[in-house]
Amino acid sequence: MTDLLKITDLDVEFPTRRGTVLAARHVSLSVAPGEVLGLVGESGAGKSTIGNAIIDLLERPGRVAGGEILFEGRDLRQLDKEEMRKVRGAKIGMIFQDPQTSLNPLLTVGAQLVETIQKATDHKGAAAVDHAISLLEAVGITEARARLKSYPHQFSGGMRQRVVIALALAGDPDLVIADEPTTALDVSIQAQILDLLKKLCRERDLGVIIVTHDIGVIANIADRVAVMFRGEVVETGQVAQVLGAPRHEYTKSLIAAVPRADIRLDRFTSVDYIEGGASEATRIDIRHHWLGQGRRADPSDDAMIEIDGLNLSFTLQGALLKRNRKMVHAVDDVSLTVKRGEVLGLVGESGSGKSTVARLIAGLYTADAGTIRVAGQDVTSKPNTPEAKRARRMVQMIFQDPYSSLNARMSVRDIVAEPIRFYRTTGSEAETRRIVGDLLDHVGLGAKAAERYPHEFSGGQRQRISIARALASRPEILICDEPTSALDVSVQATILNLLKDLQEELGLTMLFITHDLPVIRQMADRIAVMRHGAICEVAEVDQLFAAPQHPYSRHLLDLMPRMEMLTAVPA
Amino acid sequence: MADISETRPPERPTRWQRMTDNDIFWSFIHSPGAMIAAAVTLLCILACFAAPLIAPFNPFDPAQISLWDGKLPPAWAEGGQPQYWLGTDNQGRDMLSTILYGGRLSIMVGLAAVCLGMVLGVGLGVISGYVGGATDAIIMRIADVQLTIPGILLAILINGIGRAILPLELREDFAIYVVIIAIGLTDWPQFARVARGATLVEANKEYVQAARVIGLPGWLIMLRHIFPNTLRPVLVIATIGLALAIIAEATLSFLGQGIPPTTPSLGTLIRVGNEYLFSGLWWITFFPALTLVVLVFSVNLLGDWMRDALNPKLR
Repeated sequence: MTDLLKITDLDVEFPTRRGTVLAARHVSLSVAPGEVLGLVGESGAGKSTIGNAIIDLLERPGRVAGGEILFEGRDLRQLDKEEMRKVRGAKIGMIFQDPQTSLNPLLTVGAQLVETIQKATDHKGAAAVDHAISLLEAVGITEARARLKSYPHQFSGGMRQRVVIALALAGDPDLVIADEPTTALDVSIQAQILDLLKKLCRERDLGVIIVTHDIGVIANIADRVAVMFRGEVVETGQVAQVLGAPRHEYTKSLIAAVPRADIRLDRFTSVDYIEGGASEATRIDIRHHWLGQGRRADPSDDAMIEIDGLNLSFTLQGALLKRNRKMVHAVDDVSLTVKRGEVLGLVGESGSGKSTVARLIAGLYTADAGTIRVAGQDVTSKPNTPEAKRARRMVQMIFQDPYSSLNARMSVRDIVAEPIRFYRTTGSEAETRRIVGDLLDHVGLGAKAAERYPHEFSGGQRQRISIARALASRPEILICDEPTSALDVSVQATILNLLKDLQEELGLTMLFITHDLPVIRQMADRIAVMRHGAICEVAEVDQLFAAPQHPYSRHLLDLMPRMEMLTAVPA
Repeated sequence: MADISETRPPERPTRWQRMTDNDIFWSFIHSPGAMIAAAVTLLCILACFAAPLIAPFNPFDPAQISLWDGKLPPAWAEGGQPQYWLGTDNQGRDMLSTILYGGRLSIMVGLAAVCLGMVLGVGLGVISGYVGGATDAIIMRIADVQLTIPGILLAILINGIGRAILPLELREDFAIYVVIIAIGLTDWPQFARVARGATLVEANKEYVQAARVIGLPGWLIMLRHIFPNTLRPVLVIATIGLALAIIAEATLSFLGQGIPPTTPSLGTLIRVGNEYLFSGLWWITFFPALTLVVLVFSVNLLGDWMRDALNPKLR
């Protein structure tokens, strides 16, 4: 079988004002017809760059510096702009990450499809419309003829991604490049889209390159996989071989860092290879430290968080008359109890209201009905008694996006010291500085980080700063709202380890929110499954994974990426 | 992901290195237009503020003014005298010196008015965006109503009221402050709108939520977290606003509503010269007008560049 696409020694460089950055170095890949090649790597590994280089859509000022890209025997680098445009329309289809932005919101789906078909093929007029209908049917959209007249906003996220796939297929291409096609989608939809891609690949004998950071996606769909690290392909091979018996050190540590759904581990395997030899943190004796002081001497209350009959609606569309207002019930009669020192996982797909519950407990939203008690104190509305204010301060939160959760104009010291200075919990500025240093040491950044500004740190390091800031309030309850979903797997493992250690050392009560079941298996003691603002099921973690009671829990568990082929757990 | 520990030099960068090592500075030294505009602006401002040191004459010193030397053309024209490079005005004041002193006043009025408008507008805008609800509605509707009235008319109105409530003997002395307040009060809705927009974006970011979870009071969050992060777009507006404020001062003075004609400012000079324009004494109005155009043009160019540099997506 001859290769459909063969890349040899491809170099891509980005000239910047700090010198030229090689985004891809001596990359060699090949894809055969009817084959799915997975291109996996962490952010900045250069995997999207390869996809863009093939179809000559590199973001300026990036350029291909060397090597050749042979597509059906022709070197794509030798083609001029017009020939390249033809190849791009008819021979190579592209699927982008975000279906919200890759369709034109002002045109109907039909108009966009027909336009692309007429440009890329010989179908004109009614034939083009018929072809559009057959494409929509091929990607699994029912009542295709009627839906041609719909606008993109009338489709759900998963349906929109199907339309994007139909667009990519419009010119009847031989090669499809899918750049993170399921990253913006919920797990249940991710599974459908992957199945569809695989089916199309088999039926049409397509070559597919799927670019992703998610090992689970690779395990489910790819035939062969290429692992990228800092612009280089470090390992290529059959999926079963690479995931089951990785040869390169990087692949090994990457796979070790993937949270497992089948077994609960004490800690994630250390992945020093990836973070470039993360400095071993100077840990402090936390119980005799300032952090351990200021706690209540005799905490007798057993339930740290009690919420009862919580309700919250958001106004979608305001109106003077009450009956004309459109509301969405974000939290629907939720009751929960979290015991002292317990980690409760809150799981659900996007829009299930799990983050809203967290924000209600943290006091960022005010409930319409119901009560929230923290350490026995009612904090449902704005706290006005000293006791209620103290209870509120026991709750701290770690946010999802490490880039927007730190004020870029403050130094790390000022960010971490803010709660200490505001509540005057130390005797002097010198003591504050010492404690900020200790906290930064403890989260593994080192005290010297205090002088610097957030933009100097990577995503994982920023999340460590966030954790240090939360600790500076001396919390007893830590709410983690998807703390690692914006991070690479290797960094995710180190952050989860840190959170686990802190939880044990300080006896923190934790509410851990995520959409990622394997992660929650490693972190939580009990799990609450949420859907449409309501709680479906609360169960001990092992019980939920072994015997889920609610149909929706079973459904979620079925959708977890299958990872049987991963290496055996290191003892 | 680039490894931080590899790319960063081991020692901490100095303050100067930190200032120069950013994209804005880099964009600046790679944009000839912006550098020329900055140089011209700086030259104008320096020359005007150094007027007492570099001006050949002092237009406020009656001993140096002689009506006999009035209405002399520039030095190179027929009948011009070498000590008066740009000629003299109707009162016998040296044009160059008068422009320098007048420019100083114009720039000071412009700067003060922009500062007033900025403080007022950004303050109200941030409060409006952060507090929301009825407060937001009231502040922004006032701004909307004010924006429907042409700025210069409003400035004339405020100026008129200001003069009317001042006792007669104080009017001359306080004319400058009245002009500053008039222009500043006219300016604030622009700043309020921009600051409110930026606040709405920033207030949704997680660092603001983190500050709320810590329990910081609203005023502290606005002051310490939101305000510094709204400064970028506000600075762009302020630069363009400076040009507009200088023009507003010139317009008010030209209309006889601003600075008294005895005190030289770019506006009063143009006004005085305008009366003599048809008698052929072009230089009295031409040179102040040219200064005004060059100054405003370069400040505007600077503002344009800054808008692009701070928002790379526009390019």
